[in-house]
Amino acid sequence: MVPIPAYLVLAMILFGIGAVGVLISRNMIVMVMSIELMLNAANLALIAFSRALNIMDGHVFVFLVLTVAAAEAAVGLAMIVTLYKNRDTINIDRFDRMKW
Amino acid sequence: MSAELVVFFISAVVAVCGALMMIVQRNPVASVLYLILSLVAQAVCYIQLGGLFLGAILVIVYAGAIMVLFLFVIMLLNLRGGEELGKPMNAISLFTKFTIPTLMLVELLFVIKESFASMTGSNGADALSDGFGSVAEVAKLMFTRYLYPFELTGVLLLIAIVGAVVLAKSEDSQPTAEGEN
Repeated sequence: MVPIPAYLVLAMILFGIGAVGVLISRNMIVMVMSIELMLNAANLALIAFSRALNIMDGHVFVFLVLTVAAAEAAVGLAMIVTLYKNRDTINIDRFDRMKW
Repeated sequence: MSAELVVFFISAVVAVCGALMMIVQRNPVASVLYLILSLVAQAVCYIQLGGLFLGAILVIVYAGAIMVLFLFVIMLLNLRGGEELGKPMNAISLFTKFTIPTLMLVELLFVIKESFASMTGSNGADALSDGFGSVAEVAKLMFTRYLYPFELTGVLLLIAIVGAVVLAKSEDSQPTAEGEN
């Protein structure tokens, strides 16, 4: 039997990697993918708690999070396509017009 | 060491290594493939935790459909890896970018420790109820107690579809010229 905290630590590590990925990557597509990874880490924690408490509500939440992640990916990629059409790059360092 | 523990250990290592490789890759196509590897390893963990339906959904919908959307956009934009790097990050920004997630991780570790100190007796070792994680049980909850959130996600998807089409539509296209762009 795998202890439940092991899954939580795995989810935590994946969330941390996703957070580092959002902060250090310059490619906007990799940033969106890192956000997806963070959402999936949250899903893993929800399923682990669902298993620990033996109630299935967490599974429904995971399903809703997957739907939100799909919507977010679609809109995010549409934004990336629009930005690429306007500026010919998706390097995040080039979008610094509003930088203080 | 039981077989379950071995499976968990292998899938955890694959998930973490896939995620790490995703963020260090220069080539976005390789990033997508490593993320798919990580997602499949996470699906193994879902199934170990009794979420058979969600593991299947993760592989089919996430690794199958959403990641193909990413690949499609990368190939549409014809991105090549490492063609423009820009200026290198200075030491302060690099330090900040690793310190914030590390602090967050330490905080999460304390939360997990505290929550399990107060949650004794239910460490996942007790027997599960009948049909835990099956399609029927998930559907039963989804269409009774969580009916309104479920319907709201449908509205959210509709808004996302309309928003994506409006965002990605080219501005100079005529409304009557269908199938041209």
